[in-house]
Amino acid sequence: MIYFNGVKKQYPKSTMALEDITLSINSGEFVSIVGHSGAGKTTLIKLILAEEAPTEGTVFFESLDVNRLKNRQLTELRRRIGTVFQDFKLLGNKTAYENISFAMEASGKSDEEIAADVPHVLDLVGLLDKREHFPGQLSGGEKQRLAIARAIINQPEVIIADEPTGNLDPINTHEIVQILKKINDLGTTIILTTHNRSVIDSIGKRVITLEKGKVIRDDKDGKYMM
Amino acid sequence: MVNLKRMFRTGFLSFMRSGIVSLSSVLVMTITLSVLGGVLFFEHVLETTLVNIENKVDVSVYFVPGADEPTILSLQTQVNALPEVASTTYVTEKDALADFRERHANDQTTLQALDELDQNPIGGLLEIKAKDISQYESISKFFEDTSTLGVGTSSIIDHVDYNKNKAEIDTVNSILKKGRSLGFILMLVLIFLSVIITFNTVRLAIYFAREEISVMRLVGASRAHVQGPFIVEGMLYGVVATVLSLLLFLPVTYWFGVHMTDFFQGINLFTYYLTHIYEFIIILLVFGVGVGMLSSFLAARKYLRV
Repeated sequence: MIYFNGVKKQYPKSTMALEDITLSINSGEFVSIVGHSGAGKTTLIKLILAEEAPTEGTVFFESLDVNRLKNRQLTELRRRIGTVFQDFKLLGNKTAYENISFAMEASGKSDEEIAADVPHVLDLVGLLDKREHFPGQLSGGEKQRLAIARAIINQPEVIIADEPTGNLDPINTHEIVQILKKINDLGTTIILTTHNRSVIDSIGKRVITLEKGKVIRDDKDGKYMM
Repeated sequence: MVNLKRMFRTGFLSFMRSGIVSLSSVLVMTITLSVLGGVLFFEHVLETTLVNIENKVDVSVYFVPGADEPTILSLQTQVNALPEVASTTYVTEKDALADFRERHANDQTTLQALDELDQNPIGGLLEIKAKDISQYESISKFFEDTSTLGVGTSSIIDHVDYNKNKAEIDTVNSILKKGRSLGFILMLVLIFLSVIITFNTVRLAIYFAREEISVMRLVGASRAHVQGPFIVEGMLYGVVATVLSLLLFLPVTYWFGVHMTDFFQGINLFTYYLTHIYEFIIILLVFGVGVGMLSSFLAARKYLRV
């Protein structure tokens, strides 16, 4: 589904972020990408979303070279990918309900579909009673659940979660991981970056380990080993 | 249609919720529109003053006493037919004498001397107004060129006062030209500065939202979907600022109307404002909404490249 082919990423006046990355992620997989801070995890994610372009090599989403997409095609690609970030990246002046409905509006859903689906997904992440709250009025765990709700609302093929538990306490971390596992069980591909050992060990699925921009390990039923 | 409705709803909600950012943008735009309104008032005062000065300038053709009136009237018809002439007024010998007496009402010596004469020593005159102040010279040339006048016509003319007033007319002409040019340049400079300030304020407001713009793009929103509400917000800055500016002009022009009408030689800005209120609404609204929308469009576009 997602293919990295000889990818190298070097930032100007900076060290090598990624070097010689060749890997593939299949549909329905739960892949954890681990590594210390600066190992290149977030850069890898940005390359999939075409937020950054590789210095060398190609990144494919199915048959699409993501760096050769036109603006409209890129927008359509991003609608097929749900994203969850460590710092939540919620829209601060929109309510919980509006944050989710925005993603549906962006993908051209009707008002009726939005009215039917948003309360359902808010209920799924336990935020139905906080639908009119703004992100600033939510706790860290609630914000991340809201971000997940926004990521899954359009039933994407892939969910990319970049350090989603980085700012959360152990209880909220456990909740978020459980939600991601459930989503994966329903068939959605999950790409999770983290440096949290307990999270990786509790998932027990494929683990790709990055170090200084290189893949140093790719285990099918991985454990956190650094 | 659905997208348009959503764009307006989102833009309106964002405008209302952005609080201090919206307020500062609206205030800056209100200042911009007030400057624009001020320029319009200034233009009106300047133009009216210049027109008043212009109206005080004319060319008078003085006839010899006892000149044949049908010949004078025939000459007036000829003059009226000149393309440069806006209007003519014939002052008869009798009226000219009455006018002379009135002007010298306190000068008994002159009046007594006048009474002792057997006949009216003051001839009639033809006051000519040109369409443009620069055309007086060509009108005066008409009278110098006797061949263009009918037989006997030139002999009834005592003198034409253009040459006597030439220096004053040239000075006034120069003042009018410079005044209009200066007013126009001042207007352009003020409007340009106001637009730049407003543009930067709106850009700053959108700069605060740059993170949100990139998030919107990452969740799959098209450029138009992201940009639309910002353009609506820019439009709302313009609409609200127009209303505030129009309200602000009411007490300001009222004060000018009460206290400054004499200073402006009879120009009452309050009356002018009320009688031209629709022009003010249209100009300020088009300008405010236009600058607001364009600023938002350009500023948001910068952060869309995600």
